[in-house]
Amino acid sequence: MKYVVIGNATAAIGTVEGIRSVDQTGEIVLISSEPHFTYGRPLISYLLLGKTTEEKMNYRPANFYEKNHVTTMLGRTVVKIDKDAKAVVLENGETVSYDKVAICTGSRPFVPPMEGLDTVEDQTPFMTLDDAHRLADLLGDQKDKDVLIIGAGLIGLKCAEGILHLSKSLTIIDMAPRILPNVLDDYGSAFLQEYLEQLGMRFYLSDSVAKFTTPHHAVCKSGLELDFDVLVVAVGVRPNTQLAEEIGCDVNRGILVNSHSQTSVPDVYAAGDCTVSHDIAANVDRILAILPNAYQQGEVAGVNMAGGDKVFDCAFPMNASGFLGLHMITAGSYDGDAYVTKDDGVYKKLVVRDNKLVGFILIGDVDRGGIYTSLIRDQIPLDTIDFDLIREHPQLMAFAKSARAQKLAQPH
Amino acid sequence: MKRVYVNEQWCLGCHLCEYNCAFANSGMSDMVKALKDRNIFPRIRVEEGDSINFAVSCRHCDNPLCVKGCISGALSIENGVISIDSDKCVGCFTCVLSCPYGCISTSESGAVQKCELCTKNADGTPQCVAGCPNNAIVFEER
Amino acid sequence: MAIEYLYPQFEVLRNTDRCIACRVCERQCSEEVHHYDHDLKKMVSDESKCVCCHRCVSLCPTRALKITKTNHQFRENANWTGEVIQEVYRQAESGGTLLSSMGNPKDYPIYWDKILINASQVTNPSIDPLREPMEIRTYLGKKPNTIERDENGKIIPNLTPRLRLDIPVMFSAMSYGSISYNAHASLARASKAMGTFYNTGEGGLHEDFYQWGGNTIVQVASGRFGVEKDYLNAGAAVEIKIGQGAKPGIGGHLPGAKVAADISRTRMIPEGTDAISPAPHHDIYSIEDLRQLVFSLKEATAYKKPVIVKISAVHNVAAIASGIARSGADIIAIDGYRGGTGAAPTRIRDNVGIPIELALAAVDQRLRDEGIRDNVSIVVGGSIRNSADIVKAIALGADAVYIATAALLTLGCHLCRTCQKGKCNWGIATQRPELVKRLNPDIGSQRLMNLLNAWGHEIREMMGGMGINSIEALRGNRLMLRGIGLNEKELEILGIKHAGE
Repeated sequence: MKYVVIGNATAAIGTVEGIRSVDQTGEIVLISSEPHFTYGRPLISYLLLGKTTEEKMNYRPANFYEKNHVTTMLGRTVVKIDKDAKAVVLENGETVSYDKVAICTGSRPFVPPMEGLDTVEDQTPFMTLDDAHRLADLLGDQKDKDVLIIGAGLIGLKCAEGILHLSKSLTIIDMAPRILPNVLDDYGSAFLQEYLEQLGMRFYLSDSVAKFTTPHHAVCKSGLELDFDVLVVAVGVRPNTQLAEEIGCDVNRGILVNSHSQTSVPDVYAAGDCTVSHDIAANVDRILAILPNAYQQGEVAGVNMAGGDKVFDCAFPMNASGFLGLHMITAGSYDGDAYVTKDDGVYKKLVVRDNKLVGFILIGDVDRGGIYTSLIRDQIPLDTIDFDLIREHPQLMAFAKSARAQKLAQPH
Repeated sequence: MKRVYVNEQWCLGCHLCEYNCAFANSGMSDMVKALKDRNIFPRIRVEEGDSINFAVSCRHCDNPLCVKGCISGALSIENGVISIDSDKCVGCFTCVLSCPYGCISTSESGAVQKCELCTKNADGTPQCVAGCPNNAIVFEER
Repeated sequence: MAIEYLYPQFEVLRNTDRCIACRVCERQCSEEVHHYDHDLKKMVSDESKCVCCHRCVSLCPTRALKITKTNHQFRENANWTGEVIQEVYRQAESGGTLLSSMGNPKDYPIYWDKILINASQVTNPSIDPLREPMEIRTYLGKKPNTIERDENGKIIPNLTPRLRLDIPVMFSAMSYGSISYNAHASLARASKAMGTFYNTGEGGLHEDFYQWGGNTIVQVASGRFGVEKDYLNAGAAVEIKIGQGAKPGIGGHLPGAKVAADISRTRMIPEGTDAISPAPHHDIYSIEDLRQLVFSLKEATAYKKPVIVKISAVHNVAAIASGIARSGADIIAIDGYRGGTGAAPTRIRDNVGIPIELALAAVDQRLRDEGIRDNVSIVVGGSIRNSADIVKAIALGADAVYIATAALLTLGCHLCRTCQKGKCNWGIATQRPELVKRLNPDIGSQRLMNLLNAWGHEIREMMGGMGINSIEALRGNRLMLRGIGLNEKELEILGIKHAGE
C-alpha cells in the first residue's frame, strides 16, 4: 500500500500517525510546498512574542519522518491529482503514484480588493513561518514602527499579541463591530478589547480601509486616516480546495468529507482546514479551521486509508486563546439559554439548549474548563448531572457516582 | 499499563496527595524546604463534596485529546504515559480546553503541567499513591 | 461564667519551622483542635479539645506535630493525685457518673510481667521451628474422656462440635455499634484468612457479614439484640455473655442517638431508641437456669455449634467456672479486669474484678481438681498484649486467648480512651460515615493478619525453645513458668515455682 499525504501541518501529521497506527510498513510520501520541518502553525505568534524558538516549534521530534518511514518531498508543490492514473503531479511535471491520497492543504489568506494595496511594499499576511520571518524583518528591533493590522479575528489578534512589544504603535481595524466575532459574544469581545486597549492596542471597528493613498497611508471608509510603517493583512482565509475540486470531489466552500474523512472520490481523503465539518454544537456544516479538529480528521483519514475503521463525528468549534496574560477558552455555539457570571477579571458564560450544554466562554479563569467541553462533546443530558454544581465551577463531582467511577476507576 | 485509579469510597479528603505531588515534583529533598510558605501547584487535585471526596489526576488515556489538540507538540504519549515538554509548551491552554477530566493545570512557569506518574522525578513511582493513608488512590493494572 | 477548674490535659506542640500549613491536621481532627488562621497565616490549635489520639501526628507529612502531657500541676500528693483531684472537679461540675473506655489503667500488678518462660538446655533439646514441624493449631470444645470403638475396633466419631483455630488467638466480642462496620469487616476478613474467629458482641450480625459466618462467634447477651434463629445459625459458635472484664456486674447502654438505621436493623430495635442491656440475664439466676439457656441455644442450632459462656474474672471465679463446666457449655471464656470497653463507669472499670492471670490459674486448677477440665475449653482475655502473654496463658492452662485491645491498636487505635464520645478519629469506635471510612478494611485486615502472623512466629519460637512442638503439650504445663518478685500466696494461686527453684 502506498500513501501520499499532501501537506505537512497538523492534519497531515495526524494522517501519518493514523496510517502508522494500523499499517507500519506501507510506503508514505509526504509532499508540502513549505520547505520546513513540520511546525506548529499557531506558534508563529509565540515565536515573535519570544515564547518559543524556531527549533522548539517543531510539531514532532526531529526523527519523526525517519521513525515513521515517511519519504518527504518538502518545498515541492502538488499541482494536480490524476485520479485515473492514481498519481499526483508536481510543479515540474514529476508524478508520484498512490493507492490512497490525503489532501491536507489547509487554507490561504484571503485578501479583499483594496485600492492601492499593491503599492504597499511593507505588508505581509500572517499564516506561515515565512510570514512571521518577514514580519520580524519589517519590524526590526528598534520598536520604531507603527503597525496596522487589518482584521480583528484570531489571526489578526494573535499577530497583534506577538508583535505589540516590537511596535511603536499598533492599530487594528475590522469591518465587524467587535473583535473576535467568530469566537466571542458581545460582552466577551468588549471585555477582551478593553484589556488589549489597556495594553496599548488601538481598535477601529465597523470600519475598513477604502484605499491606500501612499504605501504608508490608509484612508478608511469612515474618513479616518491612518499612517503606518508595516501592514498586516489578516482579513480571513480561504480553504485550498482546488486539487479536490478538479477531480470532482464535492466541494461547498470546503471539501466535503464523511465521518471517515473520505471525499466523494474513491481513495481520496481530506482533512483539516480545507474541509467542511459537521458542527454538533450548532448542528450545521461549516469549515472549522481549528487545530484539534484538523488532527482528529487527519488521524481518522489515516486509519481508514490503512484499512482500519475510525470515525470522527464530534466536531465543534473550540478555541484556547490567551492574550498577554489574559486566558480564555471557548467552545461550541452561543445559541441558547445563557448562564452568565461576571466578576473582576473573570467572565463566564454557559449556553444550554435542549437539556445540553452547547457552548461556553471562560475568560480569566479557565481552570478545568475541559470538563465543560466534554459535556458538549459527549452531549451529556444535563438532567443526568448536578448542573447547579457544575455551573459553579467545572468538576467531576457533578456527575453521578457511576459516571465518576467510569471516569476515574477504569482505564481509558 | 499501570495507572492511578480512584477508590472514591476510601478518600478522606485529607489532601496529602496534593502535597506529596507538589513535593515529589519540586526537585528538592526536603518537604519543608520545598513547600513551606508557598502556594502549591499539584498535578492531582481533590474534589470535595458532601461526605464525598476523590482525587483527580491525569487518566493517561489511550486516546488522549490533549495530545491530539496540542498546538506545539509539547504533549506526547510514550509507553502509555502522557508527558509534557514544558520547554516546548507556550501555555496556549488548548489542552486545558480539551481534557475531559480537568487534569491539566497551570504552573508557576506559564507552561501547563500534568501528572506524569512521577516518571520524570527522582521517585519514579507515583508519590500521591505512595502517601495515600487509605488506599483511596492506587497504582495498578486494570 | 462558672470558674473553669480543669486545665487541658495535653499540649499540642507544633514546630512552626516544619509546618507547611497543609491543614491535614485540621481536616483529620474530629475534635476540631486545629485550624488555619488566615490573618496569622499559620495553623493554631485549641488543645483543650485534644484527646491525644495522634491522628494529626500520624498524618502530618513533615512531622511538625507532637502531643505531650501538660506539665501543669495541681498541688498533688501521693494520695490526692492530679487525676483524683480532677475527677472530683469534674463530678462537682456535672453531677454525673464518670465514664471512660478501654481497660483498667491503674497501677495494679501485671502478673504476665512477673512470670518467666523456660528454655531447654542440653538434656532436653530445643527445637528449631524453621526446620521442624511446630503445631499451634488447637480445637476448642469438650474433649471425650473415653474412646468408643465399634465391633471392628474402629473408633466411633462421637465428638461434640468444636472450633478449629489455626492460631490460638481469637478476636473478642465487640459489637457493631461500639465499633464500626469497617472495623468489623477488618476483623471478619482477617479471621477467615488466619483460620480463627471474631465475635459479634451483643449488637447482632450485620447482613453483609453473614458471608463470614464460618469465622464468626455470635453473642447472646442480656439485651438479646439481634438474636434470632438465622443469627444463631449464621455463626460457628454461640457465646452467652454473662459478664465483661471492664464492667463486671453491670449492663450496657447504647444511646439512642447511636442507633442509626443500620444499627437499628442489625440490633432489631427501633431506630433512635436506647439499647439497654440489663445487668443480669433476667432468665438466669442459677447454674440450672444457665443450663437451660445453653441447651435452648443448642436446640436452636441443632447441636451443631459449641456454646461459649463468657464471664468476667471476679472473686469466686473458680466456683462459677465449675458450675459452667457442668452446665453443658463447651467453652468458658474469662475476661480479666483489664479488658477493654467502648464505655464503662470509671469506678467500675478501675475497681471491680480481678487479674486474668490469677483467675485463669484458679479456674484451671479447680476444674482439674474436680476432674471436669476436659468438659470445657478455657479462653482468656482481658489484656493479652503480645505473644509472650499468650504462651504464659496457655502454660497456665488456657486453650486459647481472646484479644481486642491489641486488635484495635492494630487498626489504628491509640488508646485515647474516649470511645464513648463516638468521634473516633481512626474510624473504629464511631458510626459517623466520614470517620468510619478512614478505616479501609483492605488495610485493616492486612494489618491484623500481619500481627497474628508475627505472633504465630514468636509463639513457635518460644515453644521450640522449651522443646515443645505442639501447643497441646504446652497447655497447663506450669513447669515451664517461674515467678519473679511474687509472694508465696501469689505463687500458690498461679501454681508456679519462683525463679531459681
